[in-house]
Amino acid sequence: MKRVNSISIQQTFDADFVRQVEEASEQKVSKCYQCGNCMASCAYTFVYDYPVNQIMRFIQLGQKEIVLNSRSIWLCANCQACTTRCPNDLDVARIMETLRIMSRREETVTEPDIRIFYDEFLRSVKTFGRVFETGLLPVYNIRAGRPFTDMDLAPRVLKKGKLSFLPPRINGRKEIAGIFERAKLRRNRPISECH
Amino acid sequence: MKRVAYYKGCSLEGLAAEYDVSTRALCEAFGIELVEIPDWNCCGSTPAHSYDPMLSAALAGRNLAIAAQHGCELVMTPCPGCLKSLKGALEINGHPEKREAFVELTGMEIDDRIQAVSLLQFIYEQIGVEGVQKSIRRPLTGHVVVPYYGCLLTRPAAAARFDDPENPTSMDLLIQATGATVPDFPYKTECCGATYGVTRNDIVGKLSGRILDMAARLGAEAVAVACPLCQQNLDLRQDQVNSYNKRTFDLCVVYIPQLIGLALGIEPKLLGMDKLFVNPGRLLQDLEG
Repeated sequence: MKRVNSISIQQTFDADFVRQVEEASEQKVSKCYQCGNCMASCAYTFVYDYPVNQIMRFIQLGQKEIVLNSRSIWLCANCQACTTRCPNDLDVARIMETLRIMSRREETVTEPDIRIFYDEFLRSVKTFGRVFETGLLPVYNIRAGRPFTDMDLAPRVLKKGKLSFLPPRINGRKEIAGIFERAKLRRNRPISECH
Repeated sequence: MKRVAYYKGCSLEGLAAEYDVSTRALCEAFGIELVEIPDWNCCGSTPAHSYDPMLSAALAGRNLAIAAQHGCELVMTPCPGCLKSLKGALEINGHPEKREAFVELTGMEIDDRIQAVSLLQFIYEQIGVEGVQKSIRRPLTGHVVVPYYGCLLTRPAAAARFDDPENPTSMDLLIQATGATVPDFPYKTECCGATYGVTRNDIVGKLSGRILDMAARLGAEAVAVACPLCQQNLDLRQDQVNSYNKRTFDLCVVYIPQLIGLALGIEPKLLGMDKLFVNPGRLLQDLEG
């Protein structure tokens, strides 16, 4: 867990950041009054650098750099425990998701392996229309530089005959690739317009 | 015969093949016709919505639009991850600008009447606890099974609109209907480590370890699940979880349609019981002969 000793708010408060997070997440972050329910409910606090309630506070304080460089926003699994328990009905998980998207745009991703895995997953969907599980792991292992990830599972999975050696390839592959292309064009507009 | 659009999702074509097989077998036993959505595509799952929510809505929504073209208003999916994406796509209809973006991306529209439900909700509401109870041929009396719902089946409540987000009981009741003993399972909605099995295996080691530990303490011989990712973390990765925690858990992790199917008297092979990694032997013992 990291500790921030002092922040000079006058120098680092980024009003634009607060507005962008609130618009893109459609949540009023200022409603958070630090009850700590989200943090107490979060199963991932043990791997976070800042617990989720502190992330909420940092957003209120316009601390863009701290928030978008935190590991917490990438280690959040979107399990919805925080959202379920927020007494102010804030969709905290959605705010965390918004921050992940923003950190991609700002290129401040702190968990590169998770991003690689997600990127390769999407590349598989874009190419075949469905995820090709057998192909995904080796590509991830190479790109992440972790060639032996899950190799202990391979013999057992093969023995059960659960993995296909041919990609799924749906008929609408071009249609799916088109969705990806048009979504990319749309993303190039400012984030506040891309809910 | 009831007719429902079936969106099985990518996992059920691979590592969760037995979830597909047992879902089909169970629906057949209850006279429910599953219409697999023709040429369905991946919903995009977590990677899509942590990248671009509109991409996620477009990928998931294409399947809903196809289902509507085939005259189905109800789409059922066994996977809670897919369910979340499908529900995300349905939400855009309430926002004109998102609806417009959806048309821009897909060239399609989602019919307002379409609804998406999980397999668990479908069994619970369309077959019902009593319906299951009446059809039991081989009661699972004496077997202790804990229900593990995971994160997304009932959360967030505003989207799920099913059961209780904190203390769901639908699976508890369905398992009880099979004759099995169901202890109160305090970790029924705790997270298993989700997609981090590959990228951050230590997280799954810790979180899935807690769930298996609690199940073992309650004397369970099986954990019933309704999510392919939860199942993968608890079953396929059980050895990894064991070595992370220096434990020797040996708990079989079965899909809810497998468990109900066994109690209906469906042959274990037809429910894909042989595809599970941790041997479900104990659960099958008194079913033989």
